[in-house]
Amino acid sequence: MFSPRTISLFAVLYGTWLLLSGIWEPFLMISGAVASLLVVIIAHRMDVVDGEGHPIDLTWRAILYYPWLFWQIMLSNLQVLRIVLHPRLPISPVAGWVPAGQSSSVGLVTFANSITLTPGTVALTVLEDRIHVHALTQGGLDDLRAGEMNRRVCQMEGNRP
Amino acid sequence: MSLLVDIASWLLLTAGGCLMAASGLGLVRLPNLFARIHAGGLADTGGAALLILGMALQAGWTLITVKLILVGIFLFFTAPTASHALAHAALLGGIDPDATAEGDEDEEDTSASPPRRS
Repeated sequence: MFSPRTISLFAVLYGTWLLLSGIWEPFLMISGAVASLLVVIIAHRMDVVDGEGHPIDLTWRAILYYPWLFWQIMLSNLQVLRIVLHPRLPISPVAGWVPAGQSSSVGLVTFANSITLTPGTVALTVLEDRIHVHALTQGGLDDLRAGEMNRRVCQMEGNRP
Repeated sequence: MSLLVDIASWLLLTAGGCLMAASGLGLVRLPNLFARIHAGGLADTGGAALLILGMALQAGWTLITVKLILVGIFLFFTAPTASHALAHAALLGGIDPDATAEGDEDEEDTSASPPRRS
Protein backbone atom coordinates (compact mmCIF):
# COMPACT_ATOMS: atom_id res chain seq x y z
CA MET A 1 0.00 0.00 0.00
CA PHE A 2 2.70 2.51 0.96
CA SER A 3 5.04 1.89 -1.95
CA PRO A 4 6.85 4.83 -3.60
CA ARG A 5 4.44 4.47 -6.51
CA THR A 6 1.24 4.94 -4.48
CA ILE A 7 2.80 7.81 -2.52
CA SER A 8 3.80 9.57 -5.73
CA LEU A 9 0.32 8.96 -7.18
CA PHE A 10 -1.13 10.66 -4.10
CA ALA A 11 1.29 13.57 -4.51
CA VAL A 12 0.39 14.01 -8.18
CA LEU A 13 -3.37 13.86 -7.49
CA TYR A 14 -3.20 16.23 -4.52
CA GLY A 15 -0.92 18.63 -6.40
CA THR A 16 -3.36 18.70 -9.33
CA TRP A 17 -6.23 19.37 -6.90
CA LEU A 18 -4.40 22.29 -5.26
CA LEU A 19 -3.32 23.84 -8.56
CA LEU A 20 -6.77 23.53 -10.12
CA SER A 21 -8.59 24.93 -7.09
CA GLY A 22 -6.17 27.72 -6.16
CA ILE A 23 -8.21 28.42 -3.00
CA TRP A 24 -6.07 27.91 0.13
CA GLU A 25 -8.82 27.30 2.70
CA PRO A 26 -8.44 24.50 5.26
CA PHE A 27 -11.79 22.90 4.32
CA LEU A 28 -10.93 22.63 0.59
CA MET A 29 -7.37 21.48 1.29
CA ILE A 30 -8.58 18.73 3.62
CA SER A 31 -11.31 17.58 1.21
CA GLY A 32 -8.65 17.47 -1.49
CA ALA A 33 -6.45 15.24 0.64
CA VAL A 34 -9.39 12.93 1.46
CA ALA A 35 -10.46 12.72 -2.19
CA SER A 36 -6.90 11.97 -3.37
CA LEU A 37 -6.49 9.34 -0.67
CA LEU A 38 -9.78 7.66 -1.68
CA VAL A 39 -8.70 7.57 -5.33
CA VAL A 40 -5.34 6.05 -4.36
CA ILE A 41 -7.02 3.39 -2.17
CA ILE A 42 -9.54 2.46 -4.88
CA ALA A 43 -6.83 2.40 -7.58
CA HIS A 44 -4.67 0.23 -5.33
CA ARG A 45 -7.55 -2.20 -4.72
CA MET A 46 -8.21 -2.33 -8.48
CA ASP A 47 -4.52 -3.16 -8.92
CA VAL A 48 -3.98 -0.48 -11.55
CA VAL A 49 -1.18 1.42 -9.74
CA ASP A 50 1.64 -0.27 -11.66
CA GLY A 51 4.23 0.59 -14.28
CA GLU A 52 1.43 0.98 -16.80
CA GLY A 53 -1.08 3.02 -14.81
CA HIS A 54 1.43 5.36 -13.18
CA PRO A 55 4.88 5.05 -14.83
CA ILE A 56 6.89 7.35 -12.51
CA ASP A 57 10.12 5.50 -13.21
CA LEU A 58 10.05 6.99 -16.74
CA THR A 59 9.70 10.60 -15.56
CA TRP A 60 13.29 11.80 -16.09
CA ARG A 61 13.83 10.08 -19.40
CA ALA A 62 10.39 11.30 -20.55
CA ILE A 63 11.41 14.86 -19.69
CA LEU A 64 14.34 14.40 -22.10
CA TYR A 65 12.18 12.80 -24.81
CA TYR A 66 9.17 15.15 -24.97
CA PRO A 67 11.02 18.38 -25.91
CA TRP A 68 12.57 16.53 -28.84
CA LEU A 69 9.13 15.23 -29.86
CA PHE A 70 7.68 18.75 -29.55
CA TRP A 71 10.38 20.05 -31.91
CA GLN A 72 9.65 17.25 -34.41
CA ILE A 73 5.93 18.09 -34.23
CA MET A 74 6.67 21.73 -35.07
CA LEU A 75 8.93 20.72 -37.99
CA SER A 76 6.34 18.39 -39.51
CA ASN A 77 3.63 21.00 -38.91
CA LEU A 78 5.61 23.26 -41.27
CA GLN A 79 5.94 20.46 -43.84
CA VAL A 80 2.21 19.69 -43.84
CA LEU A 81 1.44 23.41 -43.89
CA ARG A 82 3.59 23.76 -47.01
CA ILE A 83 1.78 20.85 -48.67
CA VAL A 84 -1.68 22.19 -47.84
CA LEU A 85 -0.88 25.70 -49.13
CA HIS A 86 1.01 24.44 -52.22
CA PRO A 87 -1.02 25.14 -55.40
CA ARG A 88 -0.39 21.64 -56.84
CA LEU A 89 -0.94 19.77 -53.53
CA PRO A 90 2.23 17.58 -53.73
CA ILE A 91 1.04 14.54 -51.75
CA SER A 92 1.95 10.87 -52.23
CA PRO A 93 -0.19 9.02 -49.62
CA VAL A 94 1.16 5.61 -48.62
CA ALA A 95 0.48 3.04 -45.93
CA GLY A 96 3.15 0.68 -44.65
CA TRP A 97 4.62 -1.15 -41.67
CA VAL A 98 7.21 0.46 -39.42
CA PRO A 99 9.26 -1.72 -37.05
CA ALA A 100 8.77 -0.98 -33.32
CA GLY A 101 11.50 -2.14 -30.93
CA GLN A 102 9.80 -1.27 -27.62
CA SER A 103 9.52 -3.99 -24.99
CA SER A 104 6.85 -2.47 -22.72
CA SER A 105 3.30 -1.47 -23.57
CA VAL A 106 3.94 2.04 -22.25
CA GLY A 107 6.82 2.40 -24.71
CA LEU A 108 4.76 1.02 -27.60
CA VAL A 109 1.85 3.37 -26.85
CA THR A 110 4.28 6.30 -26.58
CA PHE A 111 5.75 5.42 -29.98
CA ALA A 112 2.30 5.06 -31.62
CA ASN A 113 1.13 8.31 -29.99
CA SER A 114 4.27 10.10 -31.17
CA ILE A 115 3.66 8.89 -34.74
CA THR A 116 0.09 10.15 -34.66
CA LEU A 117 1.07 13.44 -32.99
CA THR A 118 3.49 14.32 -35.78
CA PRO A 119 1.28 15.67 -38.57
CA GLY A 120 1.65 13.73 -41.80
CA THR A 121 1.77 10.29 -40.18
CA VAL A 122 -1.00 8.36 -38.39
CA ALA A 123 -0.74 4.98 -36.65
CA LEU A 124 -3.49 2.74 -38.05
CA THR A 125 -2.85 -0.56 -36.26
CA VAL A 126 -0.44 -1.37 -33.44
CA LEU A 127 1.08 -4.85 -33.10
CA GLU A 128 3.74 -5.98 -30.65
CA ASP A 129 6.71 -5.51 -32.95
CA ARG A 130 5.45 -3.22 -35.70
CA ILE A 131 3.02 -0.42 -36.41
CA HIS A 132 0.90 0.09 -39.54
CA VAL A 133 1.33 3.73 -40.50
CA HIS A 134 -0.44 5.93 -43.02
CA ALA A 135 1.69 8.83 -44.26
CA LEU A 136 0.78 11.85 -46.34
CA THR A 137 4.05 11.65 -48.28
CA GLN A 138 6.45 8.82 -49.06
CA GLY A 139 9.15 10.89 -47.33
CA GLY A 140 7.26 10.84 -44.03
CA LEU A 141 7.11 7.04 -44.04
CA ASP A 142 10.81 6.79 -45.02
CA ASP A 143 11.77 9.07 -42.11
CA LEU A 144 9.94 6.80 -39.67
CA ARG A 145 11.57 3.70 -41.18
CA ALA A 146 14.97 5.34 -40.69
CA GLY A 147 14.21 4.68 -37.01
CA GLU A 148 15.28 7.86 -35.22
CA MET A 149 11.99 8.15 -33.30
CA ASN A 150 11.88 4.40 -32.60
CA ARG A 151 15.39 4.58 -31.12
CA ARG A 152 14.56 7.55 -28.91
CA VAL A 153 11.37 5.96 -27.55
CA CYS A 154 13.36 2.78 -26.78
CA GLN A 155 15.86 4.95 -24.93
CA MET A 156 13.01 6.58 -23.01
CA GLU A 157 11.64 3.27 -21.76
CA GLY A 158 15.17 2.29 -20.75
CA ASN A 159 15.82 -0.41 -23.34
CA ARG A 160 18.63 -0.27 -25.86
CA PRO A 161 17.58 -1.75 -29.20
CA MET B 1 9.64 44.11 -21.22
CA SER B 2 5.88 43.77 -21.16
CA LEU B 3 5.85 45.06 -24.73
CA LEU B 4 8.24 42.26 -25.76
CA VAL B 5 6.03 39.67 -24.05
CA ASP B 6 2.98 41.13 -25.77
CA ILE B 7 4.69 40.99 -29.17
CA ALA B 8 5.79 37.37 -28.62
CA SER B 9 2.31 36.44 -27.47
CA TRP B 10 0.68 38.09 -30.49
CA LEU B 11 3.10 36.33 -32.84
CA LEU B 12 2.30 32.97 -31.24
CA LEU B 13 -1.47 33.59 -31.32
CA THR B 14 -1.34 34.71 -34.96
CA ALA B 15 0.78 31.74 -36.02
CA GLY B 16 -1.55 29.37 -34.15
CA GLY B 17 -4.58 30.95 -35.79
CA CYS B 18 -2.96 30.60 -39.22
CA LEU B 19 -2.26 26.91 -38.53
CA MET B 20 -5.90 26.41 -37.51
CA ALA B 21 -7.08 28.08 -40.73
CA ALA B 22 -4.62 26.02 -42.79
CA SER B 23 -5.94 22.89 -41.09
CA GLY B 24 -9.47 23.78 -42.20
CA LEU B 25 -8.23 24.53 -45.72
CA GLY B 26 -6.43 21.18 -45.79
CA LEU B 27 -9.60 19.36 -44.73
CA VAL B 28 -11.30 20.77 -47.82
CA ARG B 29 -8.43 20.49 -50.30
CA LEU B 30 -7.05 17.00 -49.58
CA PRO B 31 -8.61 14.25 -51.67
CA ASN B 32 -9.60 11.40 -49.33
CA LEU B 33 -10.36 10.45 -45.75
CA PHE B 34 -6.90 9.30 -44.70
CA ALA B 35 -5.18 12.34 -46.18
CA ARG B 36 -7.69 14.60 -44.42
CA ILE B 37 -6.83 13.11 -41.02
CA HIS B 38 -3.33 14.58 -41.45
CA ALA B 39 -4.79 18.05 -42.05
CA GLY B 40 -6.84 17.68 -38.87
CA GLY B 41 -3.63 16.87 -37.02
CA LEU B 42 -2.35 20.35 -37.87
CA ALA B 43 -5.00 21.92 -35.62
CA ASP B 44 -4.65 19.29 -32.87
CA THR B 45 -0.90 19.71 -32.43
CA GLY B 46 0.77 22.86 -33.76
CA GLY B 47 -2.32 25.07 -33.71
CA ALA B 48 -3.37 24.15 -30.18
CA ALA B 49 0.20 24.31 -28.83
CA LEU B 50 0.92 27.77 -30.27
CA LEU B 51 -2.43 29.19 -29.10
CA ILE B 52 -1.91 27.82 -25.58
CA LEU B 53 1.65 29.23 -25.44
CA GLY B 54 0.38 32.61 -26.63
CA MET B 55 -2.38 32.64 -24.00
CA ALA B 56 0.09 31.55 -21.31
CA LEU B 57 2.27 34.58 -22.14
CA GLN B 58 -0.78 36.82 -21.75
CA ALA B 59 -1.64 35.27 -18.37
CA GLY B 60 1.89 35.53 -16.97
CA TRP B 61 3.07 33.59 -13.90
CA THR B 62 -0.39 32.76 -12.53
CA LEU B 63 -2.53 29.72 -11.84
CA ILE B 64 -4.22 30.38 -15.19
CA THR B 65 -0.96 29.50 -16.92
CA VAL B 66 -0.77 26.28 -14.91
CA LYS B 67 -4.29 25.39 -16.03
CA LEU B 68 -3.47 26.26 -19.66
CA ILE B 69 -0.45 23.96 -19.50
CA LEU B 70 -2.63 21.19 -18.04
CA VAL B 71 -5.08 21.67 -20.93
CA GLY B 72 -2.13 21.39 -23.30
CA ILE B 73 -0.91 18.17 -21.67
CA PHE B 74 -4.35 16.57 -21.79
CA LEU B 75 -4.74 17.57 -25.47
CA PHE B 76 -1.28 16.15 -26.13
CA PHE B 77 -2.41 12.71 -24.93
CA THR B 78 -6.05 12.66 -26.09
CA ALA B 79 -5.78 14.20 -29.58
CA PRO B 80 -3.67 11.36 -31.08
CA THR B 81 -5.98 8.83 -29.43
CA ALA B 82 -8.94 10.38 -31.24
CA SER B 83 -7.04 10.53 -34.56
CA HIS B 84 -5.99 6.91 -34.18
CA ALA B 85 -9.56 5.81 -33.30
CA LEU B 86 -10.85 7.56 -36.43
CA ALA B 87 -8.15 6.08 -38.68
CA HIS B 88 -8.56 2.58 -37.23
CA ALA B 89 -12.36 2.75 -37.57
CA ALA B 90 -11.96 3.79 -41.22
CA LEU B 91 -9.56 0.89 -41.76
CA LEU B 92 -11.98 -1.60 -40.16
CA GLY B 93 -14.80 0.00 -42.14
CA GLY B 94 -13.11 -1.19 -45.32
CA ILE B 95 -11.63 2.05 -46.66
CA ASP B 96 -8.37 1.21 -48.40
CA PRO B 97 -5.46 3.24 -46.94
CA ASP B 98 -3.30 2.43 -49.96
CA ALA B 99 -5.71 4.18 -52.31
CA THR B 100 -3.66 7.03 -53.76
CA ALA B 101 -4.99 10.51 -54.37
CA GLU B 102 -8.30 11.01 -56.12
CA GLY B 103 -10.57 8.69 -58.07
CA ASP B 104 -10.89 5.97 -55.45
CA GLU B 105 -13.65 7.30 -53.26
CA ASP B 106 -16.51 8.75 -55.22
CA GLU B 107 -18.42 10.42 -52.42
CA GLU B 108 -15.19 11.90 -51.05
CA ASP B 109 -14.22 13.36 -54.40
CA THR B 110 -17.37 15.36 -54.97
CA SER B 111 -16.85 17.24 -51.73
CA ALA B 112 -13.16 17.84 -52.48
CA SER B 113 -13.65 19.49 -55.86
CA PRO B 114 -15.79 22.54 -56.56
CA PRO B 115 -19.44 21.83 -57.45
CA ARG B 116 -19.77 20.83 -61.10
CA ARG B 117 -23.33 22.05 -61.59
CA SER B 118 -23.56 25.01 -63.96
